Amino acid sequence: MIAAPVRLRRPGGDFDAVPVAEDVHWIGALDPTLRSFDIILKTANGTTYNSYCVRGSEGVAIIDTVKAEFADEFFSRLEQVARYDEITTIVLNHLEPDHTGALPELLRRAPQARLYISHRAPLMLKGLLKYDGESLDFTTVTQGDTVSLGDRSLRFLHTPFLHWPDTQCTYLVEDGILFSGDIFGCHFCDPRLFNDHVGDFRFSFEYYYQHIMRPFREHVLTALPLVEDLELNLICPAHGPIHRDAPRGYVKRYRQLAESQLANEASQRDKTLVIFYISAYGNTAVMAQAVKDGAETVDGVRVSVYDLQGGEVTPFVDLIEEADGLAIGSPTINGDAVKPVWDLLSCLTQVPLKGKLGAAFGSYGWSGEAVGMLEDRLRGLKLRVPCPGIKLKLIPTGEELADCHAFGRNLALQLTGQAGFRVVDIAELA
Amino acid sequence: MPKAQVLFEDIGVAVTVPAGTRLIEVSEKVGAGITYGCREGECGTCMMKIVKGMENLANPSLLETKVLQEQMAGRQNRLACQAQVLQGEVVVRPG
Ligand SMILES: Cc1cc2nc3c(=O)[nH]c(=O)nc-3n(C[C@H](O)[C@H](O)[C@H](O)COP(=O)(O)O)c2cc1C
Ligand code: FES
Ligand SMILES: [Fe+2]
Ligand SMILES: [Fe+2]
Repeated sequence: MIAAPVRLRRPGGDFDAVPVAEDVHWIGALDPTLRSFDIILKTANGTTYNSYCVRGSEGVAIIDTVKAEFADEFFSRLEQVARYDEITTIVLNHLEPDHTGALPELLRRAPQARLYISHRAPLMLKGLLKYDGESLDFTTVTQGDTVSLGDRSLRFLHTPFLHWPDTQCTYLVEDGILFSGDIFGCHFCDPRLFNDHVGDFRFSFEYYYQHIMRPFREHVLTALPLVEDLELNLICPAHGPIHRDAPRGYVKRYRQLAESQLANEASQRDKTLVIFYISAYGNTAVMAQAVKDGAETVDGVRVSVYDLQGGEVTPFVDLIEEADGLAIGSPTINGDAVKPVWDLLSCLTQVPLKGKLGAAFGSYGWSGEAVGMLEDRLRGLKLRVPCPGIKLKLIPTGEELADCHAFGRNLALQLTGQAGFRVVDIAELA
Repeated sequence: MPKAQVLFEDIGVAVTVPAGTRLIEVSEKVGAGITYGCREGECGTCMMKIVKGMENLANPSLLETKVLQEQMAGRQNRLACQAQVLQGEVVVRPG
């Protein structure tokens, strides 16, 4: 069976609302020409901004809106299924502009409606709408709070950081329908709208997870049980296909993706340290080896050394995701660390790093900026950098290599919690 | 001048500071893993955990209390850009 695509326009110029369940309609918008989203994402066939209208015996709820440019399409679809004065409830699953673009106009048209946002969202709402603080009324909700529509009710799931601090999901209790926001979504535009009718979107689903959700892996693992416990007849995400056929499969896939990327055969008790270096004349390479040897003098630490010139960024990112510590060696070339190092570091936002140990080292000729810049970057990425980096001039002496060895050992002691504390006076700090 | 000591657990460094020092002035200098956004007590980015010595910090201002509430902070949490060390020993870590 080939499903009818969502009609882009009726003969009269209006857009259709699409029923997804009894008295639940999709009233979103199609954006087939979009190729790049939020700068960091590509899409080969556009995206959809999914908004939903739920009618109960005593109220109508609108769940999310669309990007501002698509407001006309959204309102046209909404008008097919509800009058503005019937709307009692507006829910925002997160406040990103691709879903809140039509909110100001919706609030103007339905001033009686009550706005429900996550308790993490008020400051963001203020920043987005630029209202003066008093003039906008809303209710903040959190895990387990409900809103009644008469014979049906909406219950909220607190799922912060997936992928904004204020992300929540909304569950239509009586029907087992989860309005999941960006979670379980993808950038894929197909007017046939349902997962069992659209083209093959699996790659988009995976890609979206990797780029949007993966940095928040721990939060995914915290949120999943809330979803796994639900009866799920339908998952209605904020982008891409609606999961009507086997919705639970998408939840399972999230769990697989959020659990280890690579099985780590090191013993559970061992800490892992990965050392990446790059070297033009071999000096930084020799340092890397000494750091490794030093680290290996400590029991319970598994050390790996890689030359950045010998690999692609993506598998290195996977390694770092699983590692407890990361040491980076780069020479200073033209006053900076070298590009392959920055290329790697610029991809690390894809994985959670907070609390990992970071360190930097490198050989230099006269000014030696690389190590300090790398340390700053590592701190910026929220790694802890307890051991001051080692930089040395040109070819390492035996004494300098001993310093590198001690540095490696210190990193390993830090990783295994054996390092103890250093006391300094604030006056000694630069 | 009376001194106090702040121990940054994540990097294993204890810093001796004059009484009245704000955490932000020390944590950035030693490279502890507390990150800052607005630096003026509004955004909540710099939330940290006081592992020990909460009583050795000056009481939070109204603004700090409000932001901590908005961030669903626990009783152990303070904002590093606001909190001032008064005396004794304080142990902190990011989060
Ligand atoms: C093209 C080029 C530019 C360089 N620029 C700098 C620089 O700006 N500052 C500095 O301290 N050293 C600079 N150096 C010196 C290197 O850092 C030094 O040779 C170092 O020992 C190389 O380490 P490696 O053998 O591990 O690559 C430069 C070297 C080259 C070849
Ligand atoms: S940095 Fe924004 S509250 Fe402290
Ligand atoms: Fe989003
Ligand atoms: Fe989105």
